[in-house]
Amino acid sequence: MSGPASLLPLRVQRLAFEAGGTRLLDDVSFTLQAGRRTVLLGPNGAGKSLLLRLCHGLLTPTSGEVRWSLEGRRSARRQAMVFQHPVMLRRSAVGNISHALAAHGVARADRLPRAYAALAQAGLSDVARRPARLLSGGEQQRLALARAWATQPEVLFLDEPTSSLDPAATRAVETLIDGFHAADTKIVMATHDLAQARRIADDILFLHKGRLLESGDAENFFAQPTTEEGRAFVAGELLW
Amino acid sequence: MNILTPILSLPLLLTALLASPASAADSANDGDRALLLGTTTSVENSGLLGPLLDAFHDDTGIEVRAVVRGSGAILQLGRSGDFDVVLVHHPNAEKAFIADGHGAARHLVMTSKFMIIGPAKDPANVRTAPDVAGALARIAGGPFAFISRGDQSGTNAAERSLWAIAGLSPWADRTRWYRETGSGMGATLNMASALSAYTFTESGSWNSFSNRGDLEILFAEGPRLANPYSIIPINPERHDHVAAGAATRLVDWLTGPAGQSFIAGFQIDGTPPFISVR
Amino acid sequence: METFVTAFSEAGALLVSFDRDFLSIVGLSLRVSLSAVALACLIGFPLGAFVALARFPGRGFVILLLNTFMGLPPVVVGLIVFLVLSRAGPLGVLGLLFTPAAMIIAQTILVTPIVAALTRQIVADLWVEYGEHLRSLDAGPVTTLTTLIMDARYSLTTVVLAGFGRAIAEVGAVMIVGGNIDHATRVMTTAIALETSQGNLSTALGLGIVLLLLALTVNAAVQIINTSAGKRAALA
Repeated sequence: MSGPASLLPLRVQRLAFEAGGTRLLDDVSFTLQAGRRTVLLGPNGAGKSLLLRLCHGLLTPTSGEVRWSLEGRRSARRQAMVFQHPVMLRRSAVGNISHALAAHGVARADRLPRAYAALAQAGLSDVARRPARLLSGGEQQRLALARAWATQPEVLFLDEPTSSLDPAATRAVETLIDGFHAADTKIVMATHDLAQARRIADDILFLHKGRLLESGDAENFFAQPTTEEGRAFVAGELLW
Repeated sequence: MNILTPILSLPLLLTALLASPASAADSANDGDRALLLGTTTSVENSGLLGPLLDAFHDDTGIEVRAVVRGSGAILQLGRSGDFDVVLVHHPNAEKAFIADGHGAARHLVMTSKFMIIGPAKDPANVRTAPDVAGALARIAGGPFAFISRGDQSGTNAAERSLWAIAGLSPWADRTRWYRETGSGMGATLNMASALSAYTFTESGSWNSFSNRGDLEILFAEGPRLANPYSIIPINPERHDHVAAGAATRLVDWLTGPAGQSFIAGFQIDGTPPFISVR
Repeated sequence: METFVTAFSEAGALLVSFDRDFLSIVGLSLRVSLSAVALACLIGFPLGAFVALARFPGRGFVILLLNTFMGLPPVVVGLIVFLVLSRAGPLGVLGLLFTPAAMIIAQTILVTPIVAALTRQIVADLWVEYGEHLRSLDAGPVTTLTTLIMDARYSLTTVVLAGFGRAIAEVGAVMIVGGNIDHATRVMTTAIALETSQGNLSTALGLGIVLLLLALTVNAAVQIINTSAGKRAALA
C-alpha cells in the first residue's frame, strides 16, 4: 500500500547510546522482519524506549547503526510512533489527524475523508470535532493510534501505549493494534507488562540494563528463557 | 481552524490598514504632494499656524504640512533637504544658511516680541530695569532662579545674545540658579510656572500659554526685544526634489497683502501675538 | 486637583463630541500602531520560532540581542529611522520622512524584538511538548514552525497585546519621524505632548485618559475573543 519496495528488514548492528557519560544501551544487534509483531520486553529502565527512538530516528546512536532497507525521507515517512503520553495538538480530534496528513504531504481534498476513516476505525467518530485535549486518556491514546494509522505507516512503533490506561481502555488499544497487524503494518511495541507481551508478541526482544539478552520466537522465550534474567522476568520476579 | 486567530487575521488586517486611502495619499509622488514646511514652536504654540495655513489653502488650494521644532533644528533639517520651505526666527543662523547655499533668499514675514516673564512679586525688580541687559543683570545679581531653553532655538539664541550684552554667560558658569531645560518653549514655560522662576520667551508662545501660575510679563520693551520671523524656500538647485513652485507661492502669499492682513488681524484673547511687517 | 477634575470632563467631552480632528488623531494612532504590530508579528513570530528551534553558531548572542532590544528606547529608534529616511540619509529618496509610513517603520522596529523574544520563549516551551511528535511525523521546518505558532496562538495574543501596548503608548519615535503634523502625522501621544507644551494640562490629561480607554477597549476585545473560544483557550 505504500510504494513498491519495503522498509524491512531493519538491521540493527552493535548499537550503543550514551548520555552524560553513562552507557544506556550497549552492543545491541538484531534484525526485524515484516509480518511479525515484535515486543521489546524488559523492566523499567532497561532501555526499551531508547531503543525505539533510536530505531525511529528520534535519537542518534553513539555508535553502531540502524539500517532500513530504504533510506532517507522515504524511510522516515513510512514509519510512525505512538508515545506513552500521547502528544495532542491544540486542535480538534479530526484536526490532529489532518495535521499529520498535511505534514506528510497528503493533498488537501484527501485529508478529511482519510481522517474521518481513521477516526471511525478507532471508534472516535462521535468526538471528531471535540478538542483533542479534552478527550479521556483512553480516547487520546486511541486518537494517537488513529493519527498514526491515517499516515499508512509500514512500521508502527508503540512505546508503552497502555501503561497509564485502565483495563477497558487497554483492551480497546490492543484491539486496534491487532487491526493494524491484520492490515500488514509491522508492529514494534515496548512494554514492561508480561501479560500484554504474551497477548501480543510473535517475537520478543528481551532487554535488561541496556543489553539485549534474548531475541527470537515469543513462545520459545516464554517457555524456555535462556538467560537467568529472562527466567526471573518470566517468573514475575523483579529485576533491577 | 478559527479564523479569528491572530496569525490568520494579521495579513488581512495589514492589507486593510495599509491599503486605506490616507496612506495612498502619503505615498503620492512629488507632483501633487503637500508642501512640507518646517517652522518653530512659537508659531505653532501661538495658535496662528493652523488658521494661517488653512487660509493659504483656501486661497491657493495648496496643502501645507508643518513640522515644528526649534529654529536650529529646523534649519539643520532644511540643510538635509527634508523640507520645501522653512519659517524661522534665528537671524544669524538664517544668514549662514543662505550663505551656504541651502536657501535662495530670506523674506521677512512678521515679528513678535521677546520678553522676560517671572513671578508677579518680582523679587529681582526686573520691571523697573532701564533696559533688558540690566533686567538680566538683576536676575543674575540675586541670584534668582532662571529657566533657559538651552536648545539652540531662535529664542535661546536671542536670550544668549542679550546675556552677552549684559556681560554675562551663566550657561558656561555652571551656576545653580541658571537652569537649561534642553526642551521646547512649552516645557520651559511649564517648568518656570511650577518653580515660580524667571524665564525668557516671546509673545507668540506666551499669549496662548494656559498654565501660567503666578507668572507675568515683567519686561517686554525696547528695540533689542524685536523677534523677526523669516521664510526661506529651500534652494532647488541644491535639493532637486523640493516643491519649489508651491514654496514660492507660500512666500508670495505670506509676504503679500492676503497673508499680511491675516497675521495683523489674528488675535488670542484680544492680543495679537505677531506684528505684520507691512 | 482642579486639573484632574477638568481632565475627566475634557476626556468625556472629547468622547461624546465625535470631533473630526479628534477622531482622525485616534484613527491615525490605531492605524499606525496596529500596522506596526501586524508587521512586527509577521516578522517576529517566525523569527522567534526560528531562534527557539534552530541551532546555529551565535544563537545565544541572538537571544541576548532580542531580549536587550525589548527595551529599545523609542527616541533612539526614532533617531535612527530619522537619519535613514532623511533626505540626506540612504533612503531619503523615498520621501517617507514625516509620513505615517515612517511612523509605522519606527514602531515596527520597536515592537519586533518584543514579539520575537516572547515568541521564542513560548515556542521553546511548546517544543518540549510537541518536539518528538513533530519529528516522528518527519515534519519539515515550515510545517514545524506553523504548527507551533498556530498551537501557541492563545499565548501569542498576549504577545500581540504587549506589542500593541508598547506601540500605542510611545511618543519618542513617532514624534521624531512623524513630526506631529496636524491632520497628517499627529497621534494621541504627540497630541498630548503638544497640549502639554502649550500649558493645556487638563486637555493633555484628558487625551491621556482617552488613550487609556482605547488600550482598555483593545485589550477587552481580545479577551472576549479568547473567552468566546473558551474551551480551546482553556487548553493552552
